Amino acid sequence: MDADALLLARIQFGFTISFHIIFPAITIGLASYLFVLEACWLKTGKPVFRDLYAYWLRIFAVNFAMGVVSGLVMAYQFGTNWSYFSQFAGGITGPLLAYEVLTAFFLEAGFLGVMLFGLKRVGPGLHLFATFMVALGTLISATWILASNSWMQTPAGFEIVGGRAVPVDWIAVILNPSFPYRLAHMSMAAFLATALMVAAAAGWHLLRGRDDPAVRKMMSMAMWMLLFAAPLQLAIGDLHGLNTLRHQPAKLAAIEGHWENEPGRAVPFTLVGWPDMRQEKNHFAVEIPHGGSLLLTHSWDGQFPGLKEFAPQDRPNATVVFWTFRLMVGLGLLMIALAAWGAWARWRGRLFESRALWRCALYMGPSGLVAMIAGWMTTEVGRQPWIVYGVMRTADGVSPHGAGELALTLALFVVVYFVLFGAGTVYMLQLIGRGPAPMAEPEGGPGEQRTPSRPLSAAGPAAAAPSEHG
Amino acid sequence: MGIDLALLWAIIILFGVMMYVVMDGFDLGIGVLYLFVPGKDDRDVMMNTVAPVWDGNETWLVLGGAGLLAAFPLAYAVILSAFMLPLVFMLLGLIFRGVAFEFRFKAGASARHFWDKAFIAGSIAATFFQGVTLGAYIDGVPIANGAYAGGPLDWLRPFPIFTGFGLIVAYALLGCTWLVFKTEGRLQRRMVQLARPLTLGLLAVIIALSVWTPLAHPRIAERWFSMPNLLWFAPVPVLVALTAYALLRALRTEPHAGPFLLTLVLVFLGYSGLGISLWPNVIPPDVSIWDASGPAQSQGFTLVGALLIIPMILMYTAWSYYVFRGKVKSGEGYH
Repeated sequence: MDADALLLARIQFGFTISFHIIFPAITIGLASYLFVLEACWLKTGKPVFRDLYAYWLRIFAVNFAMGVVSGLVMAYQFGTNWSYFSQFAGGITGPLLAYEVLTAFFLEAGFLGVMLFGLKRVGPGLHLFATFMVALGTLISATWILASNSWMQTPAGFEIVGGRAVPVDWIAVILNPSFPYRLAHMSMAAFLATALMVAAAAGWHLLRGRDDPAVRKMMSMAMWMLLFAAPLQLAIGDLHGLNTLRHQPAKLAAIEGHWENEPGRAVPFTLVGWPDMRQEKNHFAVEIPHGGSLLLTHSWDGQFPGLKEFAPQDRPNATVVFWTFRLMVGLGLLMIALAAWGAWARWRGRLFESRALWRCALYMGPSGLVAMIAGWMTTEVGRQPWIVYGVMRTADGVSPHGAGELALTLALFVVVYFVLFGAGTVYMLQLIGRGPAPMAEPEGGPGEQRTPSRPLSAAGPAAAAPSEHG
Repeated sequence: MGIDLALLWAIIILFGVMMYVVMDGFDLGIGVLYLFVPGKDDRDVMMNTVAPVWDGNETWLVLGGAGLLAAFPLAYAVILSAFMLPLVFMLLGLIFRGVAFEFRFKAGASARHFWDKAFIAGSIAATFFQGVTLGAYIDGVPIANGAYAGGPLDWLRPFPIFTGFGLIVAYALLGCTWLVFKTEGRLQRRMVQLARPLTLGLLAVIIALSVWTPLAHPRIAERWFSMPNLLWFAPVPVLVALTAYALLRALRTEPHAGPFLLTLVLVFLGYSGLGISLWPNVIPPDVSIWDASGPAQSQGFTLVGALLIIPMILMYTAWSYYVFRGKVKSGEGYH
């Protein structure tokens, strides 16, 4: 295995997983949102909830399909590209993945058809149950896959027998040290990203002068969710960071750009800077004295390991990890600011009057997804050079392919993903742009043609005879 | 431990792959049949017959992969890395096919043609490369020091290419008889017309495989043609002949669910034939399910879940099919 092939295999995994994670995150958030909407509709009977349900259901359907097909790739990539890892750790990650399929994927898939197409066939109560099962499936799925990922980060409950990892305590494998933090952090990220998407959709419609009860309801619900979730995410993130310090100190040192401790001196927090792996120092560093000590040891001049305490070949790339982490946290702070602004505007009765707030919500639309990918880059690049932390190196896990096949398949994935998921994103944005419509209008959901963008065009001559060439 | 975990897992994985072949088989087959049905309305109906269930159908493929990783990590690692290229091509085909379900109905008239073609090409590519992988798998996977020891293009041989085309015929027949079952009127009549040549085509494929495989692999010939195996396995070809005959008869008069059920039997028989040829190897020609087994703790832990949950999955999957029972009519969306 040469270095080029290893790099190509890593880029391929990074590329396919980065694309993939976007869709399940939206699926997790939207499924729960749809459940809440449908439950509110059944409880109150207000049509606004039903209209919002129908509106977000179509967007959910497009997103779900993209999540399924991009996820299929992941299930096979462990074998095609990381065969030594699979052989070594398959006895642990395999059962976790199998449980994900058994308890989550089938649940989602089995009830999805009823959720998307079955309202008239099963009646509202059973339909709500189907929506609930799909939403539950998405969360169960996250639980298993994060157990697997967390085990790779903080392996526990196993011993190495005959060159492979053998589980000795499944509870310890699943509830490994970083799992609860990662699960909470990722689920909250999915809810946040979805709330920001919903707020952006509402902001866009409000800015265009479409001020109706459905749009208002969206904005209001999204802002409540943000107000609850954004500060909570900061607290969870802090706990997650402390957990990383305990179990993956080299990653934490890279996140902080912390090279070495001086006797008796508190660790500053490096606000910005450029960690240089070769010279083992930060360029252009702007530091807050005592900041690092306060954040990570919650004391005035506590110390924690610096990167120089780890052998050069055991250090993650601090330049990447340092910046992806700051991108994530920076966006997280902006989310809290937006949530606070929204709450203040609501208190002053200006939530549906402040154009500046709507515009901000619109611009922040993708920020949840960007922060999430930045966070994953922090934790995954920060795990390097290990594929199973401290146990197996990434270079030892990769399949013995040549650079040629890897370059070819990577190129194919890049082209196909950009074309197809680009088109899918356009369709999702078009659906969002159309806005919630009362149910009486023709529907553009799965299994039907798209909704006319203007009510009159359905009856217009152009639409009456669309050209068909088969 | 008294239970043969490897054996149970082999049965579960064989069952999962069987479910996949049958279920995703008919919806991939519909992509192939799009070639013969140009009209938009008919294509809408064809897609609507599977739109609520395709995702669940495809999940059996993921179960096959995850089960293999959990129970036979060596086999998962070797087989998947050996067939990286055909598998990636298959996955790309499934991606095109999968997004087409949603995108086709979201697109305007001009873009719909593109997604129709994506659906056709994706379905055909996914089917073909599944068949290629199957053929190359039957041919055997060279292994040295616990890793694949062949080249990246070893699958590019006549036999795998033939099984690739053969699987297209099999899935097309599954899709065709599914549509006979789920549609009516002109579209159904068209499918009845197509079913006859497809049945004969599949029969030809089965016969060709039955001749080619033992000729190319003495071990497989010995498995089938030595005594007393010959007596035990003789019913398989006899049943194939009887089923094909019954299928052709069923197509003649007012067909409904019959042809589809008989096609399922035919596919099941073909699948059993392959199983008989390869058993008990999980990496042909020499690595058995016991050699490739993962840790017993992993197999046991996952087995509990599989045995408890698979029956529940079958129940709610059946419920979902029941909800969408009956003929799909033109212009009928599921709302």
